[in-house]
Amino acid sequence: MTTVHEPKLTTFDDNDQKPVGHGRMLRKEDPRFLRGRGRYTDDVQLPGMLHLAILRSPFAHARILSVDISAAEASPGVKLVVTGAMLAEKGLAWMPTLSNDVQAVLATDKVRFQGQEVAFVVADDRYAARDALELIDVEYDVLDPVVDARRALEPDAPLIRDDLAGKTNNHVFDWETGDEAATAAVFASADVVVTEDIVYPRVHPAPMETCGAVADFDAIDGKLRLWSTTQAPHAHRTLYAIVAGIPEHKIQVIAPDIGGGFGNKVPIYPGYVCAIVGSILTGKPVKWMEDRSENLISTGFARDYLMRGEIAATRDGKILAIRTNVLADHGAFNGTAAPVKYPAGFFGVFTGSYDIEAAYCKMTAVYTNKAPGGVAYACSFRITEAVYLVERIVDCLAYELDMDPAELRLKNFIQPEQFPYETKTGWVYDSGNYEPTMRLAMDIAGYADLRREQAEKRARGELMGIGISFFTEAVGAGPRKDMDILGLGMADGCELRIHPTGKAVVRLSVQTQGQGHETTFAQIVAEEIGIPPADIEVVHGDTDQTPFGLGTYGSRSTPVSGAAAALVARKVRDKAQLIASAMLEVSVADLDWVKGAFQVKGDPSKSVTIQAIAMRAHGAGDLPDGVEGGLEAQICYNPSNLTYPHGAYICVVDIDPGTAQVKVRRFIAVDDCGTRINPMIIEGQVHGGLTDGVGMALMEMIAFDEDGNCLGASLMDYLIPTALEVPDWETGFTVTPSPHHPIGAKGVGESATVGSPPAIVNAVVDALKPFGVRHADMPLTPSRVWDAMRGQATPPI
Amino acid sequence: MQVPAPFEYERATSVDQAIGLMERLGSSARLVAGGHSLLPMMKLRLANFEYLIDINPLHDELGYIRVGADEVRIGALTRHRELLESAELAAAFPIFRDAERVIADPVVRNRGTLGGSLCQADPSEDLSAVCTTLDASCVIRGPGGAERVVSMAEFHVGPYETAVADGEILTEIRLPRRPGHGSAYEKVERRAGDWAVVSAGAAVWLGADGTIADARVGLAAVGPNTTGIPEISDTIKDQAPSEALYEQAGAIAARSCDPATDQRGSADYKRHLADELTRRTLRKAVERARS
Repeated sequence: MTTVHEPKLTTFDDNDQKPVGHGRMLRKEDPRFLRGRGRYTDDVQLPGMLHLAILRSPFAHARILSVDISAAEASPGVKLVVTGAMLAEKGLAWMPTLSNDVQAVLATDKVRFQGQEVAFVVADDRYAARDALELIDVEYDVLDPVVDARRALEPDAPLIRDDLAGKTNNHVFDWETGDEAATAAVFASADVVVTEDIVYPRVHPAPMETCGAVADFDAIDGKLRLWSTTQAPHAHRTLYAIVAGIPEHKIQVIAPDIGGGFGNKVPIYPGYVCAIVGSILTGKPVKWMEDRSENLISTGFARDYLMRGEIAATRDGKILAIRTNVLADHGAFNGTAAPVKYPAGFFGVFTGSYDIEAAYCKMTAVYTNKAPGGVAYACSFRITEAVYLVERIVDCLAYELDMDPAELRLKNFIQPEQFPYETKTGWVYDSGNYEPTMRLAMDIAGYADLRREQAEKRARGELMGIGISFFTEAVGAGPRKDMDILGLGMADGCELRIHPTGKAVVRLSVQTQGQGHETTFAQIVAEEIGIPPADIEVVHGDTDQTPFGLGTYGSRSTPVSGAAAALVARKVRDKAQLIASAMLEVSVADLDWVKGAFQVKGDPSKSVTIQAIAMRAHGAGDLPDGVEGGLEAQICYNPSNLTYPHGAYICVVDIDPGTAQVKVRRFIAVDDCGTRINPMIIEGQVHGGLTDGVGMALMEMIAFDEDGNCLGASLMDYLIPTALEVPDWETGFTVTPSPHHPIGAKGVGESATVGSPPAIVNAVVDALKPFGVRHADMPLTPSRVWDAMRGQATPPI
Repeated sequence: MQVPAPFEYERATSVDQAIGLMERLGSSARLVAGGHSLLPMMKLRLANFEYLIDINPLHDELGYIRVGADEVRIGALTRHRELLESAELAAAFPIFRDAERVIADPVVRNRGTLGGSLCQADPSEDLSAVCTTLDASCVIRGPGGAERVVSMAEFHVGPYETAVADGEILTEIRLPRRPGHGSAYEKVERRAGDWAVVSAGAAVWLGADGTIADARVGLAAVGPNTTGIPEISDTIKDQAPSEALYEQAGAIAARSCDPATDQRGSADYKRHLADELTRRTLRKAVERARS
């Protein structure tokens, strides 16, 4: 059950009023999911299809001395065995990552993380393929690994990337933002300076569906069809064309239904390339689906930022400056998925929602013998880390000032009249009105009563904590002049066709992984053109069927493709108006648009519906001069700025003083994502993100032992939360439209994942105040909370 | 998808037929009951057996809870769900329902069995701690119908190792009943359904004068095998229940166990939990014995 603080929601019936446009309605895609009729990559069956399995390294760092595949090749049902050396002969052993690094498809020289791809087998079925893996004999010379990022740059640290010419250390990049000198000056003269080491450990997206692909290369016409678990089919197609040398028009990437992405399905993984190679070499369709362990140990992780946060303030609580030094662990290959000019993603928004005088960040990124990436996981390009840093360090300041954390935040918010607001690190927040959002969350929570209850409980020795986080997100990349992925500008195409009978098909460049695009985008078009959402087919995920665009991640679908959908509908509406003027024999200027029809100004009896216009557009009758037949349009939307949603989250926890177990009792989430297209879908996104946050704050972490063995290789070891760990979510909203987005919408997909971990950690730390605890790192497992209670909190890595 | 190596599969038709198969196939065969531990291990290829003998068809023969005046007998193939739902068992030994409520999830409980849990011999396993607490004995049947009965201490030879030899089957668990009983189980886990960080079971038998005639504490996840701690029994026997006594028992539990630091928690924390949970379960067991 969930409490929604929204007027008018009374019954389930209200949940499906089928608005012609924005509003609460059930998801169009759900019937097929609920009836088990979703069609995922692993559901693709093609005649003669073979199955591929990958042999992975058992070591974090080792030189490959030899690979003997003779026994595997002789194993029953085996059609093909391929090693790194064989790929190297074809120039395919290495591929570019999304951050202009290279990554091994199959290891040739060394393995650089446990779980790295070493060889693959293609066989009649997946059993035969797996059985044959055990017959591949790889001789390794085991090397010392670099596991602790803090040791990566020590002079005697083992060199991981000796494949890179001239590389003599494990350094990936240095990056800075803000004004170092100005920030230092503010710090030097501030009343109060608080410093805290804050770790955001490595976590994994762990989508329900693991990654996989079915490659089908037709040697006759030279066409490659690739069904794959991708959040960015168009970007992938272009990269395959570049890497594999297959002409781009001969590649069709199809992302069918996807069982969760969360950033995990942004990169191109070696397995996809192996499937393509396997299909080319065997002449048959080849399916590769990784198993759960493979997904957890080898695919894109997130976070792994070791941050030193510093905050300077006046004694009465005016925040003056924030400074941070970050050590970023990028694993064995830099596979970060972020716009090229942003190696640290959008971490630069670490100044949060506060009007401050100066800010500075210095970051160093290093290679370690761990799975590559730094990819994503519902992070809005590293904003998760940034928000966690600022919201944690602000709470540390509140602790030092002995000030209420809500009051401290309210005192420092950027004020509504300051928008658009340029931060001290150069980000231009489009719009915001923070105090009402914060006040609403406090009202829903009954904040003053909670503090009273806490005081009473503390007097009795009970541990109750109240945690607040207030976040500003930056979502919806481009603009294309600033933001590209390997040279591909982050703008999105959209195409809309109205059929003669007034039904429509809208083709998107973005791909849903559960976000509800088939509903939301139909509603966006419906709002603009007046055709009911049920009459609008949403096509997405197939590069042969949809216009080019950069895909779904970083909460960018609604800010970018949503804008494209609205604008393409307006373009079609403009043409419809021309046709309507001919039909009604009045000038264009004499027509009013009432949703779904044009009517003559001052004479509502004279009107034509969009459906009638569509028939006329395709019919035999005359059209105005210069107007072509048909009713369709295509555009490519290049956003002028990101959108900046915000939110206020309040978490209440109880801790058992005897066992140190944390119970999340309440969680209040007030989100402002601008114009709300389908509130039910927004709530679903928020619920999921909050649940994610509970996982990260309390239990999730991909840990490694000193040899670089991954300790989170199954869902028994890598815990994700269940319904029993989460409270009844209490959600609310405010609406501050984006000024530059055509319908005022902002992204929301990642808001809750970004905003919830600091609220939960702040609540736990608040509960532990009687023990003098100012900070404790995630994951706050009972054992780690108990350490903190005894003044022995340690970083998790 | 994780897939196991090839194996042969046969459904058992009777206990003695299964024993015959086991005898013939030796260590290359393994019984499968609920399968919730064995099958994941086979899919991960951590365990490879040439033969699986499915004893689920024997549920009629081996799935029962018989509550007698002096003893409760439970068939080895009794499902978690049956243990959870048995009012008779809960009345005789409330610790069972406490434990079953925190074992895995309904899907596992529908399928997993008491015998399978004990035979898996995982040091973190809850029902092993329960049976240790209740001083259970295990009936093992071998070729020709020969039966032997061993104590829990004898049953668990080491981690993932039991006294059940090739060609033998655990058929029944026997729990002695004595008057004045109360028992309880508590588990600390990182997440619902996870293995225990530490769990503790306590059972007491109060005399007519209200003193503790006998008491037993069983701990899970704090050593190589589920640990019963005789020193606790010796110390609190014949004493009047009190907070000071529980504290004393807790302190013994903490120093008698041998936990390891791992992803679930530090050894120090686990020792603390052994103490804390011993006190909590003894307190609750005494309350239940009195009511």
